[in-house]
Amino acid sequence: MIQFITRRLLLLLPVVIGILLVTFTIVRLIPGDPCVVMLGEKATREKCDEFMARYGMDKPIPVQFVRYLSNLAQGDFGNSLRFGRPVVDLIAERLPMTIELTIGAMLFSTFFGILLGIISALKRNTIIDTVTMILANIGISMPVFWLGLMLAYVFALLLKDTPFFIPPSARFSAGMTLTSLAKYWGLENVSGLQKFILDFMSNSVIINVIFTGNWKILKDAAWHLILPSVAVGTIPLAIIARMTRSSLLEVLGLEYIRTARAKGLIERLVIAKHAMRNAMIPIVTIIGIETGALLSGAVLTETVFTLPGVGTALKDAILGRDYPVVQGFTLVIALIFVFVNLVVDISYAYLDPRIRLE
Amino acid sequence: MSETLKPIAENNQEQYTRHSPAQEAFRRLLRHRSAQAGMIMLGILVFIAIFAEWIAPYDPIALIKTVKRREPPCVHLLGCPKDKEQHIFGIDGNSRDLFSRVIFGSRLSLQVGLATISFAIIVGGLIGAISGFLGGWVDNIIMRIMDVLMAFPSLLLAIAIVAVLGIGLINALLAIGIVSIPRFARLIRSTVLSVKELDYVQASRALGASPLHILFNRVLPNAISPLIVQGTLGIATAILDAAALSFLGLGAEKPRPEWGLMLGEERNSVFNAPHLVFFPGIAIMFTVLSFNLLGDGLRDVLDPRLRGSTRG
Repeated sequence: MIQFITRRLLLLLPVVIGILLVTFTIVRLIPGDPCVVMLGEKATREKCDEFMARYGMDKPIPVQFVRYLSNLAQGDFGNSLRFGRPVVDLIAERLPMTIELTIGAMLFSTFFGILLGIISALKRNTIIDTVTMILANIGISMPVFWLGLMLAYVFALLLKDTPFFIPPSARFSAGMTLTSLAKYWGLENVSGLQKFILDFMSNSVIINVIFTGNWKILKDAAWHLILPSVAVGTIPLAIIARMTRSSLLEVLGLEYIRTARAKGLIERLVIAKHAMRNAMIPIVTIIGIETGALLSGAVLTETVFTLPGVGTALKDAILGRDYPVVQGFTLVIALIFVFVNLVVDISYAYLDPRIRLE
Repeated sequence: MSETLKPIAENNQEQYTRHSPAQEAFRRLLRHRSAQAGMIMLGILVFIAIFAEWIAPYDPIALIKTVKRREPPCVHLLGCPKDKEQHIFGIDGNSRDLFSRVIFGSRLSLQVGLATISFAIIVGGLIGAISGFLGGWVDNIIMRIMDVLMAFPSLLLAIAIVAVLGIGLINALLAIGIVSIPRFARLIRSTVLSVKELDYVQASRALGASPLHILFNRVLPNAISPLIVQGTLGIATAILDAAALSFLGLGAEKPRPEWGLMLGEERNSVFNAPHLVFFPGIAIMFTVLSFNLLGDGLRDVLDPRLRGSTRG
């Protein structure tokens, strides 16, 4: 297993280098003076020269790339043009929100997707199966942002005075904010990686609450996260349901299932213990692939629900031509995606020993 | 065509042999339920797109002076007073007839889907063919580049590309096209690899056929089924992504009647004028669903091995 993981990590290396090359190139492909691109129209000559020297922009491209890598390694992602703050700070501030949304959506889609898929497979060719699969087809075809807006309309306006009211926007109710862990622990003077980790932890509701014990804000955040998670999770849910159905149907036709039934095992155990274990492999793959859709969906949904995450930051950065932010956030999202796929590959090997030995 | 669909020929042995495999596939497609639904929906869409000028009661861009902005739908059949002008989807935020805009949007949407996927198939196909035929380090480098492109969530890569190219519909389409390239490159490459050593391809080569001749007459026929399936499903994704980019304000420019843009412009009026959000979204869903259903049907008919797997 360890050997397998090591090999997967090594295979990852070219992809990560490729991603770094892409994010490095993106900014250099933008027409115009790189200094104006990275510092904005108002940059003075001195500032420009200083910037060019700091990032080695006057050097040959390969040297620039190495410089870019070493800056990244030191946690220097450049500064945002609009906010004048390090991009790293923005990442620590925005990323936790997006991760929470992605996890929420993933939990929603995986749980209900597998559940619906199993029901559909067990009730094959009945009206339940047909309806579920028609709904799944519709679910796959819905624009995430539209679903988000419609959910907001239904749950925040139509159901306004009922117990089913769910807030349509923002991360918390008005007046609620997360306590900064740096302040909480009196560590306001730290910098660099420590500061990044502290900020990141402060902005992750769950981690924050574990340390500060402010359960009210956790409840509030979860409440606000319901609609966005449902919106983001619906397409993956539909895909997972379809995959579960076909995968389970395939497995149920195999000999060993007949054996399990023949030896008198109750049906629930046959499904849960024997069939699902083998049926899970394609499902896990799909969940991994759909993480990309989840991250993209999160970007769109944040705009709909005005959530302060990576998506809204990225969108504002593009519209405001804030390229260092675009560069930093693209890199971070791609790395997360790669990491998730690595986890998926490893869980494969766990589920199917044959893959380990290949 | 009779030789082009060899892989499915074996399924036909027990059935009538006098039809060519392509005809047989088409007959089965006509009997496939989700394909039927997809084709009918797509037919409606194509009809609407072609005859948009005649179907739409108003100009999709011109402002109407006599109405209030964001007025709710007025349908005479549903009890709207007869003396008021009929606007079945209501009026948008710039006092334009929403129904006409949605109708004209079908044109743009279908064009977007076809244009991006044709681009991706042509470029991706060439890249995949080069990669497969040349092999060695060229293949290695090209495929690693494809891996990297696939390492980004597709919509986010498209967003990043738009950031470089600049905001606009054409650039958004280009971005979506680029993002879709790897999938087709891989498809063609794997077909090339699987047939390039076969006797009949070697024979062609020995007879002095040019690489292009081999590509078009020996390799592509083998790839045509998965290409049709992936292309159809790809159009659905492309339409969704294009709408998403326009929704974010990175795609189509105002006042173009683009469904995603229409949604984006009015997303803040969802509480006081929900019709402005509802109808364009339904239109997107209808279009994407039609391609998805047709794609599913095509997959079942053309490539039974893929049955049950999901998009992409």
